[in-house]
Amino acid sequence: MDLLKRELAPITSDAWEQIDEEARRVLELHLAGRKLVDFSGPHGWTLGGVNTGRLHHIEKPPIAGVGHAIRDVRPLVELRAPIALPILELDYAARGARDLDLDPVIQAAEKIAGAEDSAIFHGFADGKIQGIIPASPHAPIAVGSPLDWPRALTAAKETLRLAGVNGPYALAAGLEAYSELVSTGDDGYPLRKRIEQIIEAPILWAPGVKGGAVLLSTRGGDYELTVGQDLSIGYAGSDRQTVELYLTESFTFRVLEDKAAIFLRRG
Amino acid sequence: MSSESYHEPIELLTEGTKNMHRALVSLREELEAVDWYQQRAEACSDAELRDILTHNKNEEIEHAMMTLEWIRRHHPVFDGNIKTYVNTTGPITGVEAAAVSGASAPAASAPATLSTSLGIGSLKGKR
Repeated sequence: MDLLKRELAPITSDAWEQIDEEARRVLELHLAGRKLVDFSGPHGWTLGGVNTGRLHHIEKPPIAGVGHAIRDVRPLVELRAPIALPILELDYAARGARDLDLDPVIQAAEKIAGAEDSAIFHGFADGKIQGIIPASPHAPIAVGSPLDWPRALTAAKETLRLAGVNGPYALAAGLEAYSELVSTGDDGYPLRKRIEQIIEAPILWAPGVKGGAVLLSTRGGDYELTVGQDLSIGYAGSDRQTVELYLTESFTFRVLEDKAAIFLRRG
Repeated sequence: MSSESYHEPIELLTEGTKNMHRALVSLREELEAVDWYQQRAEACSDAELRDILTHNKNEEIEHAMMTLEWIRRHHPVFDGNIKTYVNTTGPITGVEAAAVSGASAPAASAPATLSTSLGIGSLKGKR
């Protein structure tokens, strides 16, 4: 038995199959960062941190004449989103039901995907994750109205080019930005097609991006997601009516080339 | 159809299984090519052609390893077994025995911790 303790759960294999499949479906839909950045792993629960290869030098060492430095590492962050499911409902799977009510699984999957993407795009200071948008040295480009997207994206792409960041690029758009980008322009021509012609890249639905969209290079080598235990469902406990599960993972995210992205702020 | 080697009705297969099928078929083809180039190079009587065939064989090995790495990233059981067996030293069957018994062996503990993940892995390139 591993750390997830799934074998202890009062859940039939048919129900586990549907729970896992539903979680997988929602996660693959919602996770945007993994569609854009380099991936290392999964390395398992035992990985506690990632070596950056750098040192923090101590200005005033405790012993005079002896230099002190501390190795810089990025600790892995563990996420856990609880799931509570009625055992009666889960047991229907063993009787042949293929349509279990798994809303709590969907909600947990959306939450944990949102947490991972929030760390990737906006950072997570307690976890020493800088995030793509805060790390970018480029001034965000303001998008004044929905019709301003083509101009703003042309400027954003030019900024990346001038910084020596070549493509391919991708645009990760938050909920509001994505809604505007897939709408029809004033002239009846889909804005999305015009945008994709400008950036020569797809527009990605990225609910974890807040306040606009981020244009970034997907050439590789700029951003790295390191995963210890990849997204998994574990068993927490149960009573006669309810089984408590959780969706979990361990990860960290590093920005290796901060110039490879630019934020477009919708305001 | 991109592949004629499906063994089940395609409408019953998930996109993940179809992509894994593509990868596994590609890996098989690359390994076959390595075998063919190896034999041709060994039998070839022209030195320059033999060098080309050997070069091509090595390219196919690179392609095979790239594909294998994709498979590893998308399949936790492949990942666990690769961690257990690849880059080890000593008798390979001894590595298996150590892994099964739980004794200390290179990365022998990794598969158990990975076996029950949802297998999401990298989604790079997906939309």
